Parts: sequence; structure tokens; C-alpha cells
Amino acid sequence: MEFLVASAIGVLTATGLYLVLRLRSFPVIMGISLLTYAVNVFLFASGRLTVGAPPILGDATSYTDPLPQALVLTAIVISFGMTAVVVMIALGAYLGADDDHVNDPPPPPDGTTPAEDAQ
Amino acid sequence: MTHWIILPVVLPAFLAPFIVLAARFHINIQRTISVAGGLAMVAIGAALSWQAADGTVTLYQLGDWAAPFGIVLVADRLSALMVLLTAVLALFVMLYAIGSGWDNRARHFHALFQFQIMGIMGAFLTGDLFNLFVFFEVLLIASYGLMIHTGGTRRLRAGVQYVLFNLLGSTLFLFALGSIYAETGTLNMADLAQRVQLIDPSATVGIRVAAMLLLLVFAIKAALVPLHFWLPSSYAEAPGPVAALFAIMTKVGAYAIIRVYTLVFPPELAVTSGLHEAWLLPAALISLAIGMVGVLAARQLDRLVAFSVIGSMGMVMISIALFTPEALAAALYYIIHSTLAAGALFLIADLVRSGRRNLDLVAQPPVAGAALTAGLFFAAAIAMAGLPPLSGFLGKLLILDAAFDSAHMRWIWAVVLGSSLIAVVGFSRAGSVVFWKAQSLRPDPDAAPDTPAPPRPAVLSYVAVGGLIALLVAHTVLAGPATRFTAAIAGQLFAPDAYLSTVLETPGKLSDYEAGADDYGSGTHGADAATDEEGH
Repeated sequence: MEFLVASAIGVLTATGLYLVLRLRSFPVIMGISLLTYAVNVFLFASGRLTVGAPPILGDATSYTDPLPQALVLTAIVISFGMTAVVVMIALGAYLGADDDHVNDPPPPPDGTTPAEDAQ
Repeated sequence: MTHWIILPVVLPAFLAPFIVLAARFHINIQRTISVAGGLAMVAIGAALSWQAADGTVTLYQLGDWAAPFGIVLVADRLSALMVLLTAVLALFVMLYAIGSGWDNRARHFHALFQFQIMGIMGAFLTGDLFNLFVFFEVLLIASYGLMIHTGGTRRLRAGVQYVLFNLLGSTLFLFALGSIYAETGTLNMADLAQRVQLIDPSATVGIRVAAMLLLLVFAIKAALVPLHFWLPSSYAEAPGPVAALFAIMTKVGAYAIIRVYTLVFPPELAVTSGLHEAWLLPAALISLAIGMVGVLAARQLDRLVAFSVIGSMGMVMISIALFTPEALAAALYYIIHSTLAAGALFLIADLVRSGRRNLDLVAQPPVAGAALTAGLFFAAAIAMAGLPPLSGFLGKLLILDAAFDSAHMRWIWAVVLGSSLIAVVGFSRAGSVVFWKAQSLRPDPDAAPDTPAPPRPAVLSYVAVGGLIALLVAHTVLAGPATRFTAAIAGQLFAPDAYLSTVLETPGKLSDYEAGADDYGSGTHGADAATDEEGH
């Protein structure tokens, strides 16, 4: 199981990083999502992998660490919200500029601010 | 138990929803609530600083759970000072936003502003690393909204970059937290400081990776080169008052580095020795150089100010990277100075923008109220470039003095002094093009007379900018008490026993459990850390 979880985290991270390095907003957002999945699994595994044990301390001889589960829950909620925000902002930028590149647009040759949307 | 310490988090958390729900369509009520909240925050910040000044560490246990199990807020001298600084900056920025009308150009400015304050205050006060992550996210998500306030294609586009970069930073933060938890079994900073000491010296791979990841995350927030690429576009495209408030956000990164790398991973700790010292100083020197070269190369006034922020963060980081009490005291003095100066400069850039079509560094006819704006720019530029008589000069002097005994003294002095010269040239070029050469241009009589002259900026805007400049002057005049206070902060940071004992020994629910928890904590985790690392 350790191998499975570790390779899942690795593959998700590698794919996410590759996509994040792309130039257009859709693959980058997909990459961010994959990275957050990877980190969620990673956080879950940081409390050691245990099967079939209750997440409480008590008279049980074995237990699973409950704290990483709470951390993962928080992380999932936050990354979900953030992804929604970035999708909306990217959509606004795409509809405004008709272009979904994430890098800065090239400045005019004289380096001045483009006149049409200087505000 | 005193409840004062949680007020900086709770007060904005109540004000923001109240503004959205009750005062949604009444800008005057929103403004009143916001300013009242800002004044209250300054009072609370001053009270907390007063309380912490004698060295007491105040602890607040949420839900009365004892420290390693529950979340705690801790106010020592450093936290109290940062809270006060944030409150003061936020008040003046708020006044400017009201005076310039930025808050009325789109919805929800005041609510987002309050949420942003809440996140920043929480990040300064928390004593728990995961809670620090949560407050980072609170301040970031509010800042996303503020950053794209009033919209516009260029602003949205810069906003996308800003959000994506910070999302990556948050993901890295979670990886770092997961590694730390896997290695030590705790995320409470005080508890962590003790458990890191117990790690087996032969199995330090995991904790060293975690310490570096964490440094990387905070360096992104602090905009250290080469992780600074998000800053110039987003600060330049953000509305003026928002950029001025963001001046404190880079300091959140600097604060986190100071806190974690004096408390959890102090320089004398064998497990992580030679790690961050090796990276922080060169990165800081390059940041300072790149920032000031950017000041010289910028073609717009707002980008110029953004690059000067990068440069000043480089200066702060040089001083932090020395990790001596004197250097840390100098860094804290400079943090106060550069926050106020950067805030004032962003507001002045917005004043200039309100009278011109854009902020290009080319001569255009003078704007209304140019003389006063030019005077304010002159003062703020002197402060930012570090010329006498303002506090930038004193801060720089303190940093140079603290670096005198360092092994890298030649490098530090050369870069600091050289970059100062470049900054002076950059700022004087910008000032003379924008304000001085403009006087030589006569308004074109043929230019479309139907375009009305832009109105003079409101008096309140000048009050806000002037207030920040006055604070800079006060920071200079009262440099003696200020440096004594920052030296006391540095002393407290390098003697963390009071912090540790307050956090860990204050009784609360479950506090009798700690004795029996030892076999669960560092012992087992330290032992199997080596085998686990191969799995990653």
C-alpha cells in the first residue's frame, strides 16, 4: 500500500507540475488541481497509513492518527474554493482580452501603457 | 485569561459580514463602520504592544484546550508590533480609499478589506503552523478580491498570475506541513521547537527537506528573488490603495521567516544547521540588487514602486539572514520603515494617476495639485531610497552596522551601498520626469477642450498620505526608543524560553495528558523517519 500511495502522489505531482508550466490558463488550472489532489493524499499519509483502526485514543491497541484527516478536510475546502476563484478570474481575463495566456502581454515598443485600457 | 488578543481577528470577522449583509447599498455606513473598526484596531494594537512591551507573552487557548492539542494565539513583542503596524497602515489606506473614492467604484471593497485585515492579524498572532496556513489563505482570498477590484482586462490578467502563483505557494506550504507533521507529530510551533531538538541526528533528511520547503513558501510571500515574479505585475495593476495595503503582505513572509527560523529552527540547531543560512543571504543580496535595478529600468511609476518593494524586502532579508540579535533588531526597524514608505509611495502613485491618463515615465502636462503631490513624492522617495534625514537612512545604517562583523561584510556593504546609489538615480529620474519636466510643457491649446480637467484629489487623500509620511518622520525622530524596542524584540526572539513555557505550561483541557503522550510523539516518529523517507 505504501508503494501505491507514494507512486500516486508522485505521478499526480509530476503531472501537475508539467501542466502548471504550460502557458495557457486552462492547463495551468488543471495542473493546480492535480497538485492539490497530490498534497491532500500526502497530508493524509503524513499520519502513517493504517487500515481498519479507529481514529481515537482509548483502550484500542491500534489507532489511526485523526489530525491529518482534519487537516486534509481543511485543505480540501480551501483548495476547492481557491480553484473556483481562479476559474472565475481567468474566465474574466479571457473574455476581456480574448486570449488565455497567463504571461504578461508584450508591451508596445516604446514601453508605454497601452492606451485603450489605461485606468 | 484575557480575551483582548483574539479581538484583532474577531472584530474584522464580525465587521465584514455586517457590512455585506446590513450596509450593502449604503456606502456612507460602510465607510463609518470601516473607519471605526480601523480606529479600534489601532487602539487594540497599541494596547497589545503596551502589554507585551515588558516582555510578557500572552496566550489565548481557543476552547480552553491545552497547547499542543488546541489552537493557540500568542502575542509576544514581535506579534504585537506587527499587529500595531498593520492596524496603522490599514487605517491610513482606508482613509485614502475613502478620500479617492476607490471604495465606491465597485462593490464590497470594505468587506474584503476587513477580511484581509483579519487574515493578516491572524497570521501575526497564531502559534500554530497549520493555523498560519489557514490565515494565509484568508488573507490571500480577500486579496484576490481586492486585487481585481473594479476589474479591467489588464488587472484581471495580472490577477490570474497572482492567484496562480499563490495557489502554488499554498500547495508547497501544505507539502511542507505534511513533512513536518510526519517527522515530528505536531504543528504547534512551541511544541515543534522542543521536538525538533529530539530528532535523531542520523535521520534528519525529512526535517531538513521540510525546513527548506517552508523557507521556500515564506520566500514566495516575501518576494525574494528568484520567487518575486508575481509581485511587479500584481502590485502595479492592483488599485492604488490595495497595493498600499499589500505593502504589509510581503512583511507577513518576513515575519514568518523570523518566527519559524528563530523559534523552531534556530541557527544553532544542529539538525538544520547550514541550510537556510546558505541560501537566504545570497538570495537577499540578489533581491536588493534586482529590485533597485528594476527601479532604474521601470517605465511606469507604479512598477517603479513595486520594484522598490522587492529591493526593500532584499534589504530586510539581508539583515534577517545574519541571524544575530543586532541584525534582527535592525531588520525590524527597517520593516516598519519600508512598510510605511511603500504604502505612501503606492498612494502617491495613485494620486499621480488620478490626474494623468497613465503612469508612464514621460513628461505630460502638470496635474492638478502637482506641487503638493510632488513634495510628498520627494519625501517618500528620500525615505525609500535611504537618504538622510529620513528613517530609511537610519535603518540602512543599522543594517550595515550589524553586518560589520559578518564573514560576508564586503558583499553586504558593496550591494547595499551600490544599490542605494542606483535607487537614488531611479527615483530622481522618475520624480523629475513626472513632476519637474511637466512644468516645462504648456498645455496644448488645440487639445480637445471638451475633456474636463481631472478634479483635484480630495483633502482626505492628502491627509492619508501625509499621515504616513508624518509617521516616517516620527519613526526617524523617535529612532532611539524605536531601536530600543526592536532590540528588546530581538532579545525575546533569541531567548524563547518564556514563549515556550507560556505556551506549553499554561493549563487547559487535556493538559494532564502531555506526560503520557511522549511515547506517541517524537520517539516513534523519530525512529521510523529514516525508513519512511525512502518511501517518498
